[in-house]
Amino acid sequence: METTTTPKKSFVRSDATQKLLAFGGLIAMFIVFSLASPNFFQFSNIVGILLATAVNGVLALGATFVIITAGIDLSVGTVMTLSAVMTGVFITFLGLPVPIGVMGGLLTGAFAGAINGTVISKMRIPPFIATLGMLYIAKGLSLVISGLKPIYFNDTPSFNQIAMGSVTGAIIPGFDIPNAVLIFFGAAIVAHIILTKTVLGRYTFALGSNEEATRLSGVNVAAWKIAVYTLAGAFAGLGGVIIASRLNSAQPALGAGYELDAIAAVVIGGTSLSGGEGTILGTVIGAFIISVLTNGLRILSVPQEWQIVITGGIVILAVYADTLRRRRQ
Amino acid sequence: MDENLVLMKGIDKRFPGVHALDHCQFELRAGEVHALVGENGAGKSTMMKILAGIYAKDAGEILYRGQEVDIHTPKAAQDLGISMIHQELNLMNHLTVAQNIFVGREPRKGVGFWLDEKKLNEQTEQLFERMHLKLDPRMKVTDLTVAKQQMVEIAKALSFNSEVLIMDEPTAALTETEIEDLFNFIRKLRADGVGIVYISHRLEELKQISDRITVMRDGRYIDTLPTAETAIDKIISLMVGRTIYESAPELPEDTDQEIVLEVKNLNRGKTVKDVSFQLRRGEILGFAGLMGAGRTEVARTIFGADRLDSGEIYLHGRLVQITSPRDAVKNGIAYLSEDRKRYGLALGMDVETNIALASFNKFLGALGWVNNAKTRETANHYTDALAIKTPSIQQRVKNLSGGNQQKVVIGKWLTADTEILIFDEPTRGIDVGAKSEIYKLLNDLAQQGKAIIMISSELPEILRMSHRVIAMCEGRITGELPIAEATQEAIMKFATQRNGTSRDNGRSAASSQVGNA
Repeated sequence: METTTTPKKSFVRSDATQKLLAFGGLIAMFIVFSLASPNFFQFSNIVGILLATAVNGVLALGATFVIITAGIDLSVGTVMTLSAVMTGVFITFLGLPVPIGVMGGLLTGAFAGAINGTVISKMRIPPFIATLGMLYIAKGLSLVISGLKPIYFNDTPSFNQIAMGSVTGAIIPGFDIPNAVLIFFGAAIVAHIILTKTVLGRYTFALGSNEEATRLSGVNVAAWKIAVYTLAGAFAGLGGVIIASRLNSAQPALGAGYELDAIAAVVIGGTSLSGGEGTILGTVIGAFIISVLTNGLRILSVPQEWQIVITGGIVILAVYADTLRRRRQ
Repeated sequence: MDENLVLMKGIDKRFPGVHALDHCQFELRAGEVHALVGENGAGKSTMMKILAGIYAKDAGEILYRGQEVDIHTPKAAQDLGISMIHQELNLMNHLTVAQNIFVGREPRKGVGFWLDEKKLNEQTEQLFERMHLKLDPRMKVTDLTVAKQQMVEIAKALSFNSEVLIMDEPTAALTETEIEDLFNFIRKLRADGVGIVYISHRLEELKQISDRITVMRDGRYIDTLPTAETAIDKIISLMVGRTIYESAPELPEDTDQEIVLEVKNLNRGKTVKDVSFQLRRGEILGFAGLMGAGRTEVARTIFGADRLDSGEIYLHGRLVQITSPRDAVKNGIAYLSEDRKRYGLALGMDVETNIALASFNKFLGALGWVNNAKTRETANHYTDALAIKTPSIQQRVKNLSGGNQQKVVIGKWLTADTEILIFDEPTRGIDVGAKSEIYKLLNDLAQQGKAIIMISSELPEILRMSHRVIAMCEGRITGELPIAEATQEAIMKFATQRNGTSRDNGRSAASSQVGNA
């Protein structure tokens, strides 16, 4: 009867269950698809899945922070595109060195994120509206700056190596995992550390749990919120660099819909849209679930339009499972 | 000569429609416990929120150690050494105890960006040791009882090493031993020279702990008195100012009225545990308890707003399934939320529409047209019958006072032909004068044969109004008293009876264990 004050029970229940569920779902999919088709569990196909996850995964990392604050960022997709375009401007148009171009891409994303955060916390525009506005602004700017045409990186072959080269292949011959995947894993580790070990992470949770209480505790709520959106923007910028490098071009018309994939990954991973809880590991699993599903269904020759329908069903199922868990508490 | 730590003079504050503070003053010396008392809506909390930087004052000045200060944010207050423990809990439920206490002041390591979680927990442990509080700093706040959460709030305020500590109803959810611990701690702080503002309704407590008492009433400063030389009766008369509760309830002569509502073994999650009771025709049944006792949850479950896990609800002896508020209304049950602005009224619409809102079916003519003549007639009828003070029934409800808004809600449910009315804190936020009118209305309704459940956190209100009192604690009914035996002490004893095996009688005690297995 005195169980209300013992911590052990609750730890297991609240955080781990959804992750276990999501992870279990991922494993189950692997098994089902492997049994259904011999082409699924092949090295080249697994690499394909990893590569397909990299961009969406990086966007979802940033979105995780925003969603834990009980906010939303609809602009990550088009900000990614804008960052890709700006990377193209720096490297191809202006002929700047590749590292500087990459930096420029990241800063473009961070800058857009900072504007999101400022509009939300200073102008008090709800995150949904503020980032919806940024979605259009970034989309429009991408088209204006690029002159509606793709920007190619043909003069700088090293740029393509950022995503498509393979450090692991150089070390272990034949083990060719594209750098894009390694960058995603690296970014996930950084995101995990920021979320769990730093002040920024702590305030991310605090804001989502009870913003008013955080404000009354003397925390500069506006500044930290700007920081969170800036971080999400920086991840979108990284996504832009990866996708530009992978395609060896900045495609100004790309990017719409990426924000929804990112949000879906976060939600499947057990981060609550009402804020206060969430994990990076969950988001990584969520991102993989989406690409495994897409890949597996394609191997089974399910038409692409049906893949989209099924993804939608998975999102709803995942959140329903989470809701059931919460209700039981 | 100026020994005052804090001096507030000529403080004025208006909210839309309310003059919350009218030229108020307050002073606090170092090393004193200064109680601030007054009825709900007297302006105590508003006054202290201005001192704590949460509200901006419209006029007046604040002197801190003789210097005029401008306290425009909570941070500014904290920097001066002023902390406030809020009445409504202000915690981040997803974070741990330690993380809550030191939010904004986390110990860092390295370049200042890294959290030092170990040190954070150590600091919290040291703090708890000083407070003689047994609590694991690593526990999540959401897993704590309300009383423990309150202690976390107090620990947080104390952790600022504040020179001024404002406590707004700190003991509302605490048990006797916890209160004693808190008082010992307050005495220690006082000896250390901390000035403590203590807002409370419990006057016996003030006698124990405070040095001076300031009384406020209706947004005005009334008087400041030394506690030792002041009788409780005197304080009460200053607080109330005028006789407001003229009519004591008229108890029903015959007690064998028909049972209208019977609830058996109602369970819902952690908040409602094995609740059983009966409600008779013409009866006002008072539900007493501390914050988080589960009274509102019981009401919401009966009303169908929350789904029950198990249990049975009988109306006139007939088992009914209530799974939504719609079912409840069809069965003649109304729930009047404590937050009537959010859940009870369409604020932007007029009195007439609000009164007709729950029963538009009655006013529909051919093709679904609303029969305006009929709604007008009904609205006029209830405006007269309930003495709703409004220029016309076309007046928007948001322009009415709290008491009249409450009457509109009552009118709405009477129009819907309800026979069971559940009032949740019926006089919260209603000014003192209008309270007696609401009380009279409740009495009239009971006499007309309505069955009434009244949830209230104010014991005097429970004692004044109820025919029978049920006390709850942590989701269980811990006691039931006929009004003749009900005293504040008896109710409080039940209301703080933790982990109680339900009522005195063995039957429900046994079944509660089954319910929890």
